[in-house]
Amino acid sequence: MYSLIVFLPLIAAIAAGFFGNRLGDRGSQLVTCGAMVVAALLSCLAFVQVALGGNPVDVHLLHWIGSGTFEVNWALKIDTLTAVMLVVVNGVSALVHIYSVGYMEHDPHKPRFMAYLSLFTFAMLMLVTADNFVQLFFGWEGVGLASYLLIGFWYKRPAANAAAIKAFLVNRVGDFGFGLGIFAIYLVFDSVSFDVVFAAAPEMVGQAVEFLGYQVDVLTLITMLLFVGAMGKSAQLFLHTWLPDAMEGPTPVSALIHAATMVTAGVFMVTRCSPLFELAPTTLTVVTVIGASTAFFAATIGLVQNDIKRVIAYSTCSQLGYMFFALGVSAYGAGIFHLFTHAFFKALLFLGAGSVIHGMSDEQDMRKMGGLYPHMKKTAWLMWIGSLSLAGIGIPAVFGLSGFYSKDIVLEAAYAAHTGVGQYAYWMGIAAAFMTAFYSGRLLFMTFHGKSRADQHVLEHAHESPNVMLVPLYVLAIGAVVAGAVFYPYFVGHDYDQFWGSALFLAGETNVIEEAHHVPLWVKLLPLAMGISGLLLSWWFYIKRPHLPAALAQNQSAIHAFLMNKWYFDELYDTIFVRPAKWLGYQFWKKGDGAIIDRFGPDGVSAAVDYVARRVRGLQSGFVYHYAFVMLVGVALFITWYMVRGGVAQ
Amino acid sequence: MSSWPLLSVITFLPAFGALFAFLARGEMADENIKRLALLVTGLTFFLSLLLWFGFDYDTANFQFVEEYAWLGGNINYRMGIDGISLLFIILTTFLMPFCILASWDAIQHRVRDYVIAFLLLETLMLGVFSALDLVLFYLFFEGGLIPMFLIIGVWGGVRRNYAAYKFFLYTLLGSVLMLLAMIAMYLEAGTTSIPYMLQNSVFGADVQMWLWLAFFASFAVKMPMWPVHTWLPDAHVEAPTAGSVILAGVLLKMGGYGFLRFSIPMFPVASDYFTPLVLGLSAVAVIYTSLVALMQEDMKKLIAYSSVAHMGFVTIGLFVFNQQGIEGGIFQMLSHGIVSGALFLCVGVVYDRLHTRDIDRYGGLVNRMPGYALVFMVFTMASVGLPGTSGFVGEFLVLVGVFQVSTLIAVLAATGLILGAAYMLWLYRRVIFGELTKDDLKEMMDLSRREKIIFAPLIAVVMWMGIYPSSFLDVMHTSVENLIVQYDTALAAHELLASAPVTDGQTPDVEGAP
Repeated sequence: MYSLIVFLPLIAAIAAGFFGNRLGDRGSQLVTCGAMVVAALLSCLAFVQVALGGNPVDVHLLHWIGSGTFEVNWALKIDTLTAVMLVVVNGVSALVHIYSVGYMEHDPHKPRFMAYLSLFTFAMLMLVTADNFVQLFFGWEGVGLASYLLIGFWYKRPAANAAAIKAFLVNRVGDFGFGLGIFAIYLVFDSVSFDVVFAAAPEMVGQAVEFLGYQVDVLTLITMLLFVGAMGKSAQLFLHTWLPDAMEGPTPVSALIHAATMVTAGVFMVTRCSPLFELAPTTLTVVTVIGASTAFFAATIGLVQNDIKRVIAYSTCSQLGYMFFALGVSAYGAGIFHLFTHAFFKALLFLGAGSVIHGMSDEQDMRKMGGLYPHMKKTAWLMWIGSLSLAGIGIPAVFGLSGFYSKDIVLEAAYAAHTGVGQYAYWMGIAAAFMTAFYSGRLLFMTFHGKSRADQHVLEHAHESPNVMLVPLYVLAIGAVVAGAVFYPYFVGHDYDQFWGSALFLAGETNVIEEAHHVPLWVKLLPLAMGISGLLLSWWFYIKRPHLPAALAQNQSAIHAFLMNKWYFDELYDTIFVRPAKWLGYQFWKKGDGAIIDRFGPDGVSAAVDYVARRVRGLQSGFVYHYAFVMLVGVALFITWYMVRGGVAQ
Repeated sequence: MSSWPLLSVITFLPAFGALFAFLARGEMADENIKRLALLVTGLTFFLSLLLWFGFDYDTANFQFVEEYAWLGGNINYRMGIDGISLLFIILTTFLMPFCILASWDAIQHRVRDYVIAFLLLETLMLGVFSALDLVLFYLFFEGGLIPMFLIIGVWGGVRRNYAAYKFFLYTLLGSVLMLLAMIAMYLEAGTTSIPYMLQNSVFGADVQMWLWLAFFASFAVKMPMWPVHTWLPDAHVEAPTAGSVILAGVLLKMGGYGFLRFSIPMFPVASDYFTPLVLGLSAVAVIYTSLVALMQEDMKKLIAYSSVAHMGFVTIGLFVFNQQGIEGGIFQMLSHGIVSGALFLCVGVVYDRLHTRDIDRYGGLVNRMPGYALVFMVFTMASVGLPGTSGFVGEFLVLVGVFQVSTLIAVLAATGLILGAAYMLWLYRRVIFGELTKDDLKEMMDLSRREKIIFAPLIAVVMWMGIYPSSFLDVMHTSVENLIVQYDTALAAHELLASAPVTDGQTPDVEGAP
């Protein structure tokens, strides 16, 4: 069954990818969607057996690489953490597959699209089921490839191509760190299998190893390198620049890859490696700071974006920051809980945005929307649910939307950590929570309410999406509403120990999640207050006083420009990395190879020989014979000499 | 071992085919010669598989050994293979039929000569990997360049003379020095038998230095290593497609094979001494040539520069002297042989249609050629080293190996992974993606049946090597282990000797000493 969960998507991808012409559009869609629905149902079964039933499973598939003591196998490791990811990945993926049937209705390349989606799912499953670092890396790069292919799916658009390459390259920078981390792990532990490495980790506490001429702490080095990989994949500060651009891809892709699954791979990886990270407190501090800063930083940019998908993209970036600082304060259960609920409401938001875009003849700019509620009531309602869940709205002690539970526990855990960085994370998170609610409200009001700014022609054709697109949204909406309340006890509540089993590791005596339940009341209520006030402020800005935003932007033009230009990261990287690399490449080529090596090497000699040779004879046909001649003379000399000496030797 | 000389049959079968091609007459001669060549190279491949099936994985000794007296007593005709050379032979015989197929329509004039050159080249290349005698090796090693000169010089592009000349100058220097070194080796050892020199540490530490440098001059050019790489881009650009395939696929591997067969086992002390030099040059090569590749406007040049970068990984792997490094280096050579060969075939496909390699002249090919786009994508990803393809296993093992020796070199080399992705994806984007705007591109046809037949097995092998590399790694385990053990023993012996008091007068009794 477990092999089936992983390989069904691969089979579907191959079928649709290579035989798409023969299967036809409808056939490809049926095959891929069918396979995904089966895989999703099986995943739920696996979740019941493994997570709720407490039976972790290991499946050995095939020997992979063996060289000396370096041994790697293809294998599936399914514990609670993996089971949660299986449900998230296959669940969202199946819904996105079905949604895509409607969304890509007018696209001429349906089989290719479905094949890519299934291929992505397969790679993601290999990632979450890995039982060693190298297979994790396989899935890691595999989802990168699928992401590259899907971002650049509309290959005629230069922007899509550029975004695809950017995504792959920035991820490669992260993978560079990840790879080095794996090499360091092998160097230190003589193995790359999770079980062996995690079991041996405690012996390595305090050991030092040489790295680039410095003596550094073993576990800190390894975890820092791994975290660089996680930062790349999960678009954390400094390596985040690819995620917003990735919105060039079709919207279902954004929902599946750039919201619900792939970008959470970094969170998954850090959680999986909790036995290493727990023993490297320095790294945990860095994880907390980076996560908290990303949560804040991305939210500030989200405030001013006008592209509906980019707002959600920055929101994703920000929410990933939440997950990371939860991990950083050792609240792994909380981080994964937020990952779980986030998958529902963020996929809902993206697919809802897709529904809007679909209904608006591919318009993405919110400045050309507004007042769409009458045209697409169902979508508007669904988007409201998603946004409220994202903003963390609920009634304390009664019921809340999914985001209410997960965001609160993340923030409470940060506070309960009682460390400096924990406090930093808490306050950054609170600020981000306010901004989250504000930009969510802004998105809703600018899109669905107020006076319409849309083109009359477009507005006339504005329509609600077909059921094939809406049904997946309903399912996600249910998740966005109840997933938090239902699963709270398992992920972070009473059944925590039984649920997680041995999947998570904690170094300290006390569980920070346990502490989180006992923080002061104001700590628990502040996020909700922020959420509500953020929504109210956005209502004030965009419904009550619609001229205010423009006035404010004019007033504070420097800040506005700074945010609009995304803190100038793209420009900065272009100046310090891209241009110098090109300049160096050009210099090496023309000056290094051309002006130095060739000039003093072959061309110089050639000029000299040419001079001599022209006097002797035409050079045209000469080289081969010169060469053969020299070689034969050499051999002749050798043999002659050998003959002469041969008599003596014998 | 076997009752009939299988190795020699395989080696000389193509030459025999060349003889037939030479004698062929009649109106259909060209067509028949091509068929004959396909048949001969195909048969050679199947025969070479017999080597693999009959190969004993558990011994590091040479297998399929043949020895006949030749040129008196000491210089003999010796052939044999071990776990290191076997896969290079398979690589060669595997690639040849594709070269013939790829030239089917592209070569129109002097077809007979072309086929003869290729078949002779195959014999000489196979000889390099199976020769167990210095003189025999030298003949094959240097002789193989003559047909290559001809292939570039006669069927090459516009600047073929310049390219052939550059090639000639570089290799000449190396081969003269290597010949001198071989004479010196004979003087020292009293025989030209390679197995003898492998089993007995014949050469003193001082002599080793000079011999190592002389061989290095030859092998470094062949690899090619920075800064003696500049012949490669020109040679590739001017060579016909099949010539590029063989050049990148097999000829470049001779340098690496030479290091494994001569430099490392025969001159261990010198190899150890010069390791920093090799690692340094290789790390420079990886970064330098990757950056240069980034700026290329000619498809073949770009892939040629990427070859230099990939070969940089190989030399790093070979000179870290641990199992992962050396096996990774060998695997990387095999993988690169297939992948870069396939990439040159990909360039050949569009070159045959449009007769230009200018990247700017292309763009949007996916609109007309989806099949081609898919094939090109697979090999691009293999070149980038995506896990699951052959490119990953080699690079990853090399990096695992080098990280144990020098983290600095590992970090520098690993940047090649980022840069490699940059230049390959950028190439792919400029050629394949985008709007199809240029008029002459709108007439392009997708892959023909012949081209599909060429690419399908190459893709299969690339995936096989990526998903189940054990088939290949298992072949080399024993030989590589043996190589490392011998290397370590020789070094230990040398250190013992160096630390022993000079006045003692006693030679320490060390295993492996003559």
